[in-house]
Amino acid sequence: MASKKKSDPSGDATLHRELLHSMILQRRFEEKVAEAYALGKIGGFCHLYIGQEAVGTGVMSELRHDDYVITTYRDHGQALARGMSARSVMAELFGRIDGCSRGKGGSMHLFDRSVGFLGGHGIVGGHVPIATGVAFAIKYRGGDQCIVCFMGEAAVNNGAFHESLNMAGLWKLPVVYVIENNRYGMGTAMNRASSIAEMYKRGETYSIHSEEVDGQDVFAVREAMSAAVARARKNYEPTLLEIKTYRFMGHSMSDAVSGTYRSKAELEEYMKRDPINLLKAKMTADGTMRENLVAEIEQEIAATVQDSWDYADASPEPPIEALYEDVLVETTSDTTQEG
Amino acid sequence: MPIITYRDALNQALREEMHKDDRVFLMGEEVGVYNGAYKVSKGLLEEFGEMRVVDTPITELGFAGVGVGAAMVGLRPVVEFMTWNFALLAIDQVVNAAAKMLYMSGGQFPMPMVFRGPNGAALQLSAQHSQAWESWLAHIPGLKVVTPGTPYDAKGLLKSAIRDDNPVIVLEGEMLYNTKGEVPEEEYLIPLGKAELKREGSDCSIITSGKMVLVAMQAADTLAKEGIKIDVVDLRTIRPMDVEAITTSVKKTNRAVVLEEGWEICGIGAQVVDYIQRDCFDHLDAPVIRVHQADVPMPYAKMLERAAKPDLAKTIAAVKKVMYLEA
Repeated sequence: MASKKKSDPSGDATLHRELLHSMILQRRFEEKVAEAYALGKIGGFCHLYIGQEAVGTGVMSELRHDDYVITTYRDHGQALARGMSARSVMAELFGRIDGCSRGKGGSMHLFDRSVGFLGGHGIVGGHVPIATGVAFAIKYRGGDQCIVCFMGEAAVNNGAFHESLNMAGLWKLPVVYVIENNRYGMGTAMNRASSIAEMYKRGETYSIHSEEVDGQDVFAVREAMSAAVARARKNYEPTLLEIKTYRFMGHSMSDAVSGTYRSKAELEEYMKRDPINLLKAKMTADGTMRENLVAEIEQEIAATVQDSWDYADASPEPPIEALYEDVLVETTSDTTQEG
Repeated sequence: MPIITYRDALNQALREEMHKDDRVFLMGEEVGVYNGAYKVSKGLLEEFGEMRVVDTPITELGFAGVGVGAAMVGLRPVVEFMTWNFALLAIDQVVNAAAKMLYMSGGQFPMPMVFRGPNGAALQLSAQHSQAWESWLAHIPGLKVVTPGTPYDAKGLLKSAIRDDNPVIVLEGEMLYNTKGEVPEEEYLIPLGKAELKREGSDCSIITSGKMVLVAMQAADTLAKEGIKIDVVDLRTIRPMDVEAITTSVKKTNRAVVLEEGWEICGIGAQVVDYIQRDCFDHLDAPVIRVHQADVPMPYAKMLERAAKPDLAKTIAAVKKVMYLEA
C-alpha cells in the first residue's frame, strides 16, 4: 500500500494553501462558466466538474511538468489544476482565437501542449487507448514520465477501456488510469450499467495494481497518486485508481441537477462532503488555516476569474481564414522530435 | 532493374524508413514472430527488436489508439490492420482521433502516422472479408488516402506516407501482394496527392486506382488491338485527389470511364465524375460511365462473386459504350 507520509499533512501551510487555491479556482471559474452559458457566451455541450475538484487537484499535485494528462469532455477543472491559464480556458469556451485550442475545440476539447495536456475528448472511452499509446511512447524512449488518464465510471464498461488495460498490463506501461466514479453515466446510475459495483476490480483482471480512493479528500487522492506515479516511474507499472466522487451539477448544462435520475435528498447528502469544505476543516484542525486565508484566496480568485471573462470577451473570434487551417500540416523534412 | 513483388516492395519501404528514423515503429496483429499475416513484415522483428515491431492482441480499437497516442507525443507509428475489414472496430480512432486531433487542438498536435493493410476483395472470402474502404476513409478531412497499384508505387507511396506528418491511410491490394514489377535499388519517393498517367491514349480516359489499375491496363491492351487508344489515369492518392490530372486527360479524350473496386453509391467514382462535370462539361462527347462492384454484399459462390466484381469485360464494355461502339 501507499506510504502514509502524504496523508499526514503535518503543517505544510504552503502546500495546503496551493491545494485550496486550486480547488476554489475550479469552483469559482465554473460558476462563472455557468453564468456565461446562461448568457449565451458559451455554446454547445458544457459539462461542469463542480463537486469533483479534489480529484483534479490531488492528481495534478503529484505530477511533474514533463508528465502528460489526457481526459474526457469534463475537462475545465482539470485544465486549470494542471496549470493552464484561466484566460486561455475561458477564451476557448467563448470560441475565441486566444483560446487554448484557438477556438476550434470548445469546452470538450481543451488542449495545451506546453503543459502536456493532451486534450479533452468527446467519445466515452475513446481516449483510453490514446493514453496507453502515450505510455508506450514513454517506455519506447526509456523516459521516466507517466501519463494520467481520467475517465468516468461509465467508461469501464466500454471495449476501449478493456483493450487498453490489457495492453498496459501485458506490456507494463507507465500509465495511471483514474476512474472518477461520480456514480452516474449521464443519467444512468452505475448499478444499472455495470455488472459489478467495485469498478477498481476491473483492473485486477489485467494484473494492474488497483485501488479505491476517497475522491472528496484531496489528501487521500494525493497519497494514492504518489504511489501510482512512483510505480510508473520506477518500474513502468500501470495503476488503476477508482476515485469515488460526486458531481453536484447536472451531466451537462442542459440537464437538471436532480429530480429525474437522482433525488434532491441524495444530492444534499453528498454535498455535505463538499471537497473544499473538507479541506478547510482539515486545515483548521491541523493548524494550517489562518484568519482571512479563505477571504484572501477568494478575493484573488474572483479577480482571476473576472479577468478571464474580460480577456475572453475582448479576444477576437477566429478569422474566416482559420476555417481551413489545421486540417493537415505541411510536412517538412525536419519534423519535431519530442524528448 | 530488380523485379520484386508488391509484398517485398512494402517490406523494403518499412525497413528503409525504420533504419532512417528510430521514431518509426510497426505494430499490429502477427507482424512480429509470425512475420506478418501476408509476410509484409518478414524479417523486421529480427532486425529491429520487439520494441519496434510490436505484436498486439487482437484488439484493433485498442492498438490503433496506442498508435494515435504514440504519434501525439512524437513517435511515427505504422499501424497494420490484418485487413481493413477489421479496421472497422478501430474506426473511432482513425476518424475521431487521428483525423481530428490537429484541428480540434488548434494546430498543436500533428499526427505523423500510417494506418495500412490489405483492402478489397480477394477470392471467395465472402461478405465480411471482401470490401473496398476507399470512399469511407477518403470522406474524412484530416486524412490522406493512398492506393498503390504496383510494386513501384507501393514502395514509393509507403515511404512518403511514413515521412508525412499527417495520418496517412495506405490501402494495399490483397490480391496484389504477389504481383511483380520493377523497383529500382536506389531510393525514391512518390509524392502524395499526385496521379500518374500510366498509359497514354487519345480516345477515352479510364480513371482508376489501386488494384483496378491492373484491370485498366489490361483493358487498354485489349482495346489497343482494336485501334482504341486509352489514357489510363492512376490516381495513386485518393485524398487529396489530383483533379488536374483527371481533367487534363478528359479534356484530351473527351470521354471517360471511372473504374473502382468498391460499391457505387457515394463511391470514389461519384467524386471523380463530379470533378469531371464541373471542369469538363463542354469537353464531353458522352456521359461518363462508372464501373464498380455490384450493389450487394460480396457473395461466396464463385460465379456470383465474379458477377459482383468489376472486371476486364465490364471495363471494356463501358469504354465501348462511351465511344458509342457495338460491344
